[in-house]
Amino acid sequence: MNAAETPFEFFTVSYLTRIGNQSAGTLAELLTGLENCSDASIFHHAYQTLGSHHFLTEGFSNDFAQWVLADTNRNDLAEQLAALDIRDYVSIAALRSDLCRVVADFCTAFPHFAGQSALERFYFCESVEVTAPLGRSARTLDEFRDGVAHLSHAGFYFHFISSRLRLQLQTNDFSHWLSDGLGLQTLADSVNHIDIYTNTLDSTRSKLLRLIDRERRKA
Amino acid sequence: MSETLALTRIPLDEYAELLGTGEIEELRALAKPLRGRSMEMINSTAVGGGVAEILNRLVPLAEELELNVKWNVMSGGEDFFEVTKSFHNALHGAPYHASAKDFEVFLAYNERNRGTLPLDAEFVVIHDPQPAALIDARKSGSNHWVWRCHIDLSHPHRAVWDFLEKFVSRYDGAMFSSPQFSRQLPIPQYLFYPAIDPLSEKNCDLDAVFVAQILARYNIDPQRPILTQISRFDRLKDPVGVIRAYRIVKRYFDCQLILAGGSASDDPEGSIVLKEVLREADNDTDIKVIELPAWAPLEVNALQRASTIVIQKSLREGFGLTVSEALWKKKPVVASAVGGIPIQVIHKHTGLLAHSVEGTAYQIRFLLSHPEIAAKLGEHGHHHVKENFLITQKLKRYLTLFLTLARGS
Repeated sequence: MNAAETPFEFFTVSYLTRIGNQSAGTLAELLTGLENCSDASIFHHAYQTLGSHHFLTEGFSNDFAQWVLADTNRNDLAEQLAALDIRDYVSIAALRSDLCRVVADFCTAFPHFAGQSALERFYFCESVEVTAPLGRSARTLDEFRDGVAHLSHAGFYFHFISSRLRLQLQTNDFSHWLSDGLGLQTLADSVNHIDIYTNTLDSTRSKLLRLIDRERRKA
Repeated sequence: MSETLALTRIPLDEYAELLGTGEIEELRALAKPLRGRSMEMINSTAVGGGVAEILNRLVPLAEELELNVKWNVMSGGEDFFEVTKSFHNALHGAPYHASAKDFEVFLAYNERNRGTLPLDAEFVVIHDPQPAALIDARKSGSNHWVWRCHIDLSHPHRAVWDFLEKFVSRYDGAMFSSPQFSRQLPIPQYLFYPAIDPLSEKNCDLDAVFVAQILARYNIDPQRPILTQISRFDRLKDPVGVIRAYRIVKRYFDCQLILAGGSASDDPEGSIVLKEVLREADNDTDIKVIELPAWAPLEVNALQRASTIVIQKSLREGFGLTVSEALWKKKPVVASAVGGIPIQVIHKHTGLLAHSVEGTAYQIRFLLSHPEIAAKLGEHGHHHVKENFLITQKLKRYLTLFLTLARGS
């Protein structure tokens, strides 16, 4: 069996949520918050929320969209915010720019909605990240499959979702190693195409394992 | 005298069956750099109240991870606890006449405890306002001190908060149960959710026969829909509003309502509210008003498990952990959007939120009409609790906090 020169090291991650000093009670205030909050805050509400709400699929993509839907009742804006796919971004700055653009366009088009009070305020928070090695590594596809199967949700999230920002590539740790380490480019691409918005983390993992099993049967 | 509590061991592996081995492995990995390092939890009571209930489970679990953790309880006389109860209510926004004497009593007991408590651990966690002034014992920069506030500080009594803030501002960080409960402070503030223990008597799996016995004891028909609100008889829990919502639902569905809460016998206001509830119930035999003993976890567990829908129609709420208890049992929840409830009930994802009697009734009718949606909400709610509101997640947050503090230094 093909063995990688550089092993895949499995990690896990844990996040503290730091409460920020900004909050928003209207869409106009949301826009101000989006313009001024830290990168860690954008990460928390757009990326980390996918980890802490990994069991949801339909209609949940980021905290901004969820707040606009539940607390301002602006379904149209919520849909536009939800449509921003973090897989399209390799930097927080680019994501922030699009979030601001979507909210600003809406506030310009519907100024009477921009100042309306929401049911509950939106509180800007930040993620503080701590990672830990799990002491497990893989050199072969079999070892890799075993490691993925035993990962916690947080570990899976770390390698499959938050890694996109770390790598600054439009890919994830798993695909990156499958391609670079084992030379399995087609498998790497298939893994990278699993839709994290319409799957839970559990169903994403199941699909990934099925793709690996199909590859193993070829060998 | 202050006391150090010795607690019964809780094997961490018992949680693996519920959570998966990966989650337990993760806790061990995060704890590894902290092994043998000292932590001290300090609060003001060993029994009764949510803080003691959580520490009773959290500390043994931390010990399972080979952390050197101690739980110390500060001592105080009746005069101290009268003052701190007034402070507690005042911080929640209740009227209070600030007196210099109260502040003196508070400071005197804190000073006395500084002489008896070790306060020398690498990480010192102070729970709630009572021991907040122990920070005076801190030797400059020698260890990490954090303050865990379990109460809602969104509208505190000004004089009490001004007094406490001088101490709180000297900690390395403060933890709150919800962003809206926090204050503007010059120190980092973190979100620490309260937690339930899935293996405790209130939340563990129950035998169906036992659940049936509890229903029979209270003359509840298991064949018809059961709507339940578990909470003490308090106007802020709006039990009368729950009955009014039930009456609207009853026009469309032949359902029953359970209002169950701790005994009102030692609470004068609770007795008055109970009378109001009974008057509103008007001898409707499908409304069961149940006065439970102060500590009846198995009965609460059984009533929640037997419910078709769990309601939490509070007018004001702290975090409202009864919601997490119901969600853990995969129950669809209809609740008010107040306090910490929207953190637990993500509208249309892990339950339904309402803002009025009529809204509550409508959401209940909707769920009774669509049991498949109710089941899905319950299933998602269970996952939400598993990911965010279990004692193991709380332990993980503490580990992450300690690692973050250690990294900072």
